[in-house]
Amino acid sequence: MGDNVAGREPALTGRAVAKSFRRRQALRGCDFEIPVGAVCGLVGPNGSGKSTLLSLAAGLRQPSQGELRVLGLRPGLDEELRSRIAFVAQDKPLYARLTVADTLRLGRELNPRWDDALADEIVRQGQLPPTSRIGQLSGGQRSRVALALALGKRPEVLLLDEPMADLDPLARHQLMGTLMGQAAEHGTTVVISSHILSELEGVIDHLLLIEGGRVRLSGEVEQILDAHRLLHGAEGLPLDAHGIVEDRRTGRGRTALVRADGPIAEGWQVETPSLEELLLAYLRSPQADPANSTAHASRSEVAA
Amino acid sequence: MDVIEYRIDRRSGVATYLQIVQQTKQALRLGLLQPGDKLPTAREVVEATAINPNTVLKAYRELDREGLVEPRPGLGTFVRRTLGNADATGDAALRAELGAWVDRAFGAGLDREDVTALMGAVLDTYEQRESAPAEQAVGGREGSG
Repeated sequence: MGDNVAGREPALTGRAVAKSFRRRQALRGCDFEIPVGAVCGLVGPNGSGKSTLLSLAAGLRQPSQGELRVLGLRPGLDEELRSRIAFVAQDKPLYARLTVADTLRLGRELNPRWDDALADEIVRQGQLPPTSRIGQLSGGQRSRVALALALGKRPEVLLLDEPMADLDPLARHQLMGTLMGQAAEHGTTVVISSHILSELEGVIDHLLLIEGGRVRLSGEVEQILDAHRLLHGAEGLPLDAHGIVEDRRTGRGRTALVRADGPIAEGWQVETPSLEELLLAYLRSPQADPANSTAHASRSEVAA
Repeated sequence: MDVIEYRIDRRSGVATYLQIVQQTKQALRLGLLQPGDKLPTAREVVEATAINPNTVLKAYRELDREGLVEPRPGLGTFVRRTLGNADATGDAALRAELGAWVDRAFGAGLDREDVTALMGAVLDTYEQRESAPAEQAVGGREGSG
């Protein structure tokens, strides 16, 4: 936190990353950079490549082309990276026959930097009986154990694939709070994929939007939002000089999300979009803007 | 126990860091925060509210810039001075004027929501004008054409 010095090796770097499975191309030409200490939302529709990207970063698979580095190292190939990152996969793979206590003991014995107090606290918050077998827990309870295991490891980079999906609202709030607390205390980089856009608002400071295996937006949330305008007005107002992300007509009115490329004509009511508004506009308009200039602008600013 | 607990409303449309700034100021006005009090750490705030730590730091920087709090390295962020009380007579005058205005607004058929919306809109316009004169020129009336 705070000591996010420019010039330091980014937490994640992708250079023309591609991954194909047989004939299906899950990722293509993905360029991105996530700085150390960022809390980055990985967003995209189902099947957009989010899980593939995370599994590459976790070193479970290797890219077909291009290069992906985590803390400057190659996931899955450079052995020393293993203890520095943690990954919670969507299906939360744990040993079904172990108890909660056994699972935490496994974490303690396998990880040199294990934070016993933190892992215990996360499990205790959920009121999970230590003697319960993992196989008997609900989906949400298993998620809690998986997160306790990942956070207890005290990783420098935490990769989370839809971690909150099956948690109740209270558990979600508690665990997101714990996650942010770790980011505040240890400067942990967090990459978190989610479908629940409102859940990311106020939480993430970086964004990676992928769709159809390609990066559509990448960079600092504030810069991305500042580079866009949400316009409301009457039909027939001019919009020529702008990169239009989405243009919707509602009765006599018109709502458009545009990139702020220049002066906006008189008559428009101008707002800066919220994160959710921006993401929804992009997701509703898959054809818009293949050039993705925002991503390049914000990436170079981040790198500068 | 913390001296202040922040309540974050993600749907309010007010930037999260501003909510923290405003709630801190409100606590200073009400005397709930006194000079020398320590604000909760970024970690404490984000654990309770599940917001991004940078947001808390941004809010504390803003309070520092306004001279209300000071960071003491390694110790935390501490309240420097109170707000409002010295100006109680001015407040009373404003309150009376606002009361008269609200009377007129209700008289004209507005309800509570209308009044709140109108107040919000006027404050928004005021803040935009204060904070972004350059923005105004770009998005503004004369600039295009």
